Amino acid sequence: MLELATADGRVPADDARKDSPLAVRGLTVSYGEKPAVFSVDMTVPKGSMTAIIGPNGAGKSTMLKAVLGIVKPLSGQVEVFGCPLADQRARIAYVPQRASVDWDFPTRVIDVVLMGLYREVGLLGRLRGAHVDRARSCLDRVGMAAFADRQIGQLSGGQQQRVFLARALAQDADLYLLDEPFAGVDAATEKAIIAVLKSLKSEGKTVVAVHHDLATVRDYFDHVFLINVRRIAEGPVDEAFTAETLQEAYGGRLASTQVDQLSAVLA
Amino acid sequence: MLADALLLQLGYNATLVAIGATLLGVAAGMTGAFLYLRKRALVSDAISHSTLPGVGLAFIVMVALGGDGRALPGLLLGSALSAWAGLLCLGWLVRRTRLAEDAAIGAVLSVFFGVGIVLLTVIQTMSAGKQAGLENFLLGSTAGMLRTDAIVIAVGGLAILAAIFVLRRPMLEVAFDPEYAAARGVNVDRVDLAMMGLVMAVTVVGLKVVGLILIVALLIIPSVTARFWTERADRVILIGGLVGGLAGYAGAALSAAEPKVPTGPIIVLMAFVLFLLSLMLAPGRGVLAALIRHLRFQQRVHLRQGLLALAQAQPIYEVRTRRLLRRAGLARADGVATEAGRARAARALRDEKRWEIVRTDPAHEAAAEFYDGLTDIDTVLTSDQIAEIDARIGAPKGVPA
Repeated sequence: MLELATADGRVPADDARKDSPLAVRGLTVSYGEKPAVFSVDMTVPKGSMTAIIGPNGAGKSTMLKAVLGIVKPLSGQVEVFGCPLADQRARIAYVPQRASVDWDFPTRVIDVVLMGLYREVGLLGRLRGAHVDRARSCLDRVGMAAFADRQIGQLSGGQQQRVFLARALAQDADLYLLDEPFAGVDAATEKAIIAVLKSLKSEGKTVVAVHHDLATVRDYFDHVFLINVRRIAEGPVDEAFTAETLQEAYGGRLASTQVDQLSAVLA
Repeated sequence: MLADALLLQLGYNATLVAIGATLLGVAAGMTGAFLYLRKRALVSDAISHSTLPGVGLAFIVMVALGGDGRALPGLLLGSALSAWAGLLCLGWLVRRTRLAEDAAIGAVLSVFFGVGIVLLTVIQTMSAGKQAGLENFLLGSTAGMLRTDAIVIAVGGLAILAAIFVLRRPMLEVAFDPEYAAARGVNVDRVDLAMMGLVMAVTVVGLKVVGLILIVALLIIPSVTARFWTERADRVILIGGLVGGLAGYAGAALSAAEPKVPTGPIIVLMAFVLFLLSLMLAPGRGVLAALIRHLRFQQRVHLRQGLLALAQAQPIYEVRTRRLLRRAGLARADGVATEAGRARAARALRDEKRWEIVRTDPAHEAAAEFYDGLTDIDTVLTSDQIAEIDARIGAPKGVPA
């Protein structure tokens, strides 16, 4: 079924979109001549924890990057809190994939978190003690206060992920976009991260995360967005995260063991 | 003469040149540090070689217009324009073709340099070209430099430093995590372009002093040198500036004492000396420090092996082990343990037995990871854990606690 951006009845009412921290309409992104994301609509409800789910190469990360303007979409509109992205950047915090940077870069943990405050400080402003205190309290929130002066090259994968989350927290944003925050992290880190995300939700903030572990979707998130180049399904977990929608999103690519696991989860 | 040179006793002009070269060195070292952190050091080579056609063309145009072809501002303007053209070619090749950046750099660098050399040869045949001395732009020369030239260089260096101060945060952000920077609204392409603009400015300002072939060394060596001394990006930048400044100053001062040697190579050799010293002597990352660490580690291994041999009354054949034991007062010259040696040996053996328990017991899996045959177990386990293990071994015999 080809989904048209303007298809009536499927696109939520205009005021729901206006109220949404992140509303996407007709988004198409292409690397070369193969669309990675094709004509996708998405409306993230305010205060939700939304998982973006789909098989490898389904365009999950690309979606986030296009929303943030890191990659240029071919077409489509993105509205953040009902306004164009450029006006609302200060209200968005992004946690990229851990592997996207070189961890041998000569810098300390606290310096990475302080980068979250660069916009606020401005080009010529000075980083003051108050800024450093704030960065430290963000590290404390992810359980990394003792590592503030450590070299980032000495961190484990889970610790790296926590530092990235602390940098996002330092921005004190209203909308948090995370790209695979649980990929390759230890169990303790996963617990720590989800605790922080849930506390953000309880503060009324909105969290959107690309997620790959279907088994934990129900425990961690209240909203899902299924994508495989096109939008497959969107809505509260109970309604949109079903055997049918997963079958549609993953097709034959869901291994039989995964199917078994899922039927256990979905039962 | 040498001391006179370094203390700037060679006259007003030489002093002015040294100040200009110092500022240039600081600017080059700092700009290069950002380039190094962005992992695009080689782009500077393409930029610097691309300046040559501009120098030649600017000379020809100025002569054709009836002016003095050697006027420095005109030549610098020409070199900047042609470096910009080289940069655009490089960007186009990387974006629009399948060429990787390293191949594109090679192509741009050689073609522009080749064109430049052809132009210089043509200029040699012009009547006004005989005395042009444009070949000095290849390796740099401060001999016969005008006062205004030195002032142009000093002011240029200061302007570059001011630009670095303004752009330091976006450049650092983009160097570490370009995606995050883009998500925060930083225009990554524009910041990269600004960084390249700074490199171009350093090259152009440095043409007369260092020359276009070696300016890449003044951009790269200082930050690589700085990296030996620190694990922090902001300090790589500051120390890079310091190293560049020192090299620029010493090079220009020495060159004033020995005007026949081109200035560029002297400056680069000064930077290299600082690099070599850092490579050898820097704590942590230096070669000497690594060697000392290795020797200490070896000593610990030998001592431990010797103690375990003593504890089990085995003969020690290794001469080095015996010497280490003797020096530590743990054994006599004939290899027999002293009082202190017996106590230490018994303790080492007890530790070894405790480790054996820890390594076979799944409950201690995390602690077992720390076993390397050297680490004392009481740095890994708490005293109650050790007591529990000792209870399993049986009471230690004749070991002072």
